[in-house]
Amino acid sequence: MIQENRNQAWREELRKSMKTKERTDIPRVHMNELDPHYRAGNQEEVNRGLTAEQAVGESRRCLDCPNPACMEGCPVNINIPGFVKNIERGEFLEAARILKATSALPAVCGRVCPQEKQCELHCIYTQKLKKEPVAIGYLERFAADYEQKSGQISIPEIPHKNGIKVAAVGSGPAGLSFAGDMAKLGYSVTVFEALHEIGGVLKYGIPEFRLPNSVVDVEIESLKKMGVHFIKNCIVGKTISIQALEEDGFKGIFVGSGAGLPRFMNIPGENLIGVMSSNEYLTRVNLMDAANPESDTPVAKGKTVAVIGGGNTAMDSVRTALRLGAERAIIVYRRSEEEMPARIEEVKHAKEEGVEFMTLHNPIAYFGDEKGRVKTMRLQKMELGEPDASGRRSPVEIPGATEDITVDVVIVSVGVSPNPLVPQSVEGLKVSKWGTIEVNENMQSSIPMIFAGGDIVRGGATVILAMGDGRKAAAAMDEYLK
Amino acid sequence: MFCMNKIVSKENLSENVVKLEIEAPLIAKARKAGHFVIVKIGQKGERIPLTIAAADTEKGTITLVVQKVGVSSTRLCNLNVGDEITDLVGPLGKATHIENVGTVVCAGGGVGVAPLLPIVEAFKKAGNRVITVLAARTKELVILEEQMRQYSDEVIVMTDDGSYGKKGLVTEGIEEVIKREKVNLCVSIGPAVMMKFVSLLTKKYGIPTIVSLNTIMVDGTGMCGACRISVGGKTKFVCVDGPEFDAHQVDFDEMLLRLSAYKEEEKADHYKIQQ
Repeated sequence: MIQENRNQAWREELRKSMKTKERTDIPRVHMNELDPHYRAGNQEEVNRGLTAEQAVGESRRCLDCPNPACMEGCPVNINIPGFVKNIERGEFLEAARILKATSALPAVCGRVCPQEKQCELHCIYTQKLKKEPVAIGYLERFAADYEQKSGQISIPEIPHKNGIKVAAVGSGPAGLSFAGDMAKLGYSVTVFEALHEIGGVLKYGIPEFRLPNSVVDVEIESLKKMGVHFIKNCIVGKTISIQALEEDGFKGIFVGSGAGLPRFMNIPGENLIGVMSSNEYLTRVNLMDAANPESDTPVAKGKTVAVIGGGNTAMDSVRTALRLGAERAIIVYRRSEEEMPARIEEVKHAKEEGVEFMTLHNPIAYFGDEKGRVKTMRLQKMELGEPDASGRRSPVEIPGATEDITVDVVIVSVGVSPNPLVPQSVEGLKVSKWGTIEVNENMQSSIPMIFAGGDIVRGGATVILAMGDGRKAAAAMDEYLK
Repeated sequence: MFCMNKIVSKENLSENVVKLEIEAPLIAKARKAGHFVIVKIGQKGERIPLTIAAADTEKGTITLVVQKVGVSSTRLCNLNVGDEITDLVGPLGKATHIENVGTVVCAGGGVGVAPLLPIVEAFKKAGNRVITVLAARTKELVILEEQMRQYSDEVIVMTDDGSYGKKGLVTEGIEEVIKREKVNLCVSIGPAVMMKFVSLLTKKYGIPTIVSLNTIMVDGTGMCGACRISVGGKTKFVCVDGPEFDAHQVDFDEMLLRLSAYKEEEKADHYKIQQ
């Protein structure tokens, strides 16, 4: 199919329209960004997207390889050259349609996927030419945004409804991608969401300045138009049992309930007021709109905010703290910058906005005032030792080297564990010792009608991997129900 | 199957305490004694936890008893019959562990009497001798006494000012029973300070005690950790590990401090509910 598309007359013509050398000589496009000084004071989206001219220019860099390695790097196997070449010939809506054939949320993925570790890592520019890869992520976002703004959003064709009811538990990336694929296959899909908003981590976790809610809502609207039914404020296993869903005629259930349980470090003073998980902080600001005076939900606004951790969630938290008026916003990370799991772009953006980085530091205690509010954090200085199980050089304490820093808010962002709520309330469901749902290669759990994917299976991964799981589960459940 | 959380009846139990019966058939069916719900009023509302006081599976309703304290509870109390609660989710938390242990003293203070009611009922139905101690500042604030009598072998009412029942604190009522007869278990729900002193008292007498905690929460499903407390030196989440805990293991002083986390913001928000 991919090959067939590549052999289409217009594609062949397009390939011949420029010499390879001309294509590879084009420098990679730069994302248009808001000025760091301006953006650190508001929630506006930092990356502004590419103009049509920039996008077409960038798409010319793509060599339309006969064996596109980029696609191997994509967890949902997007037809990358297919959509990129459509951008090159100016068929932006067609590019979006190709994206949507395999990805339920292209405007989201174009923003939050770690392309540098996936498609763009496999790009011939990275691998063979030792040049900067084609900006596949920027182009994906361009096509998806173009469609969103065009008012001509294509709704995938739905074959005749087969009348079979299936459910998704959780409306995050895994559940949404499962729902989209099942709807396309003709199933009647109901998505159950525990919170009062649809979107899961896309809403409560990722901040507005990185992924505007309006972008997520457009994608959810598309699913609604495809006939997907959403029920908020309903926890499967609590509000309604799996058995009740079965009795109600649901033939298959996909659990994508996420990795909701924040981890703490279990060090002295961690329960002082002002110390909180990144989940709490981001949920207050993103889901509950706590920075808005109109909102009833409060959020601690510190002068000095320390965020513990080096992942994307830590970057989201520390940049949020700046936007809430922090004078000092500090990342405290126990390894060096090289080992940081956050995307390079997030680290770059954080630095531009004025975030301080205290790498090779690890908190060992917090001290509070008489009202129980955190006042000081004690940091242990570290150095890098031998590589550990994760392959990264492990942090080792430098004996006696500690430092006390005055803080008024500390945000702990050292990872999450699977949310036990659903696994615990489903009898007979096989769960690993880490609390993740055990599934076979088809994402099927120990209970045949229940499939699972995303962080509830992986423990803590990315939006795109969760979406890949949702797709895989949909295909497998379709087979199972046939 | 999924309805709009309509308020079907409202009763003022005292000046600042309101009893609301809300249409929520799925929650009514699924809930057990000890469970709570999360309520949010309005698009910009806050998510607050409230323990379920009663449920009627036939009518498909749950009952909440709410005291006007801050912005959100006042918004809820100001709703009327026919109004809808914007968001309501549950039942959450672990249900009370009910068994026949012998004699159970159930001690409730203030609005904490409401969530105690289903627990009193369940312990009675499990075959226990149930002695209920109700405490309030003054006569007008004593709530649900009649309903408690229905499931209690004895009800002792304590008021701070002696305007009704006996004059004194809840702990004095409990101690009276302990001195008189063998008590196998104590269950206490009320203001955090009250539960702290009940816990100190029963610890002295070596009586196992359960408390139901009402901490600050956001999602109520284990996601945020705002509700965390120390139990036996370990951090626990009230929403998923509780809300009931072994009182003698709970660090009440830490919990009391944590309850005041947003005191300043709450004060500043009061303008929102002044008419």
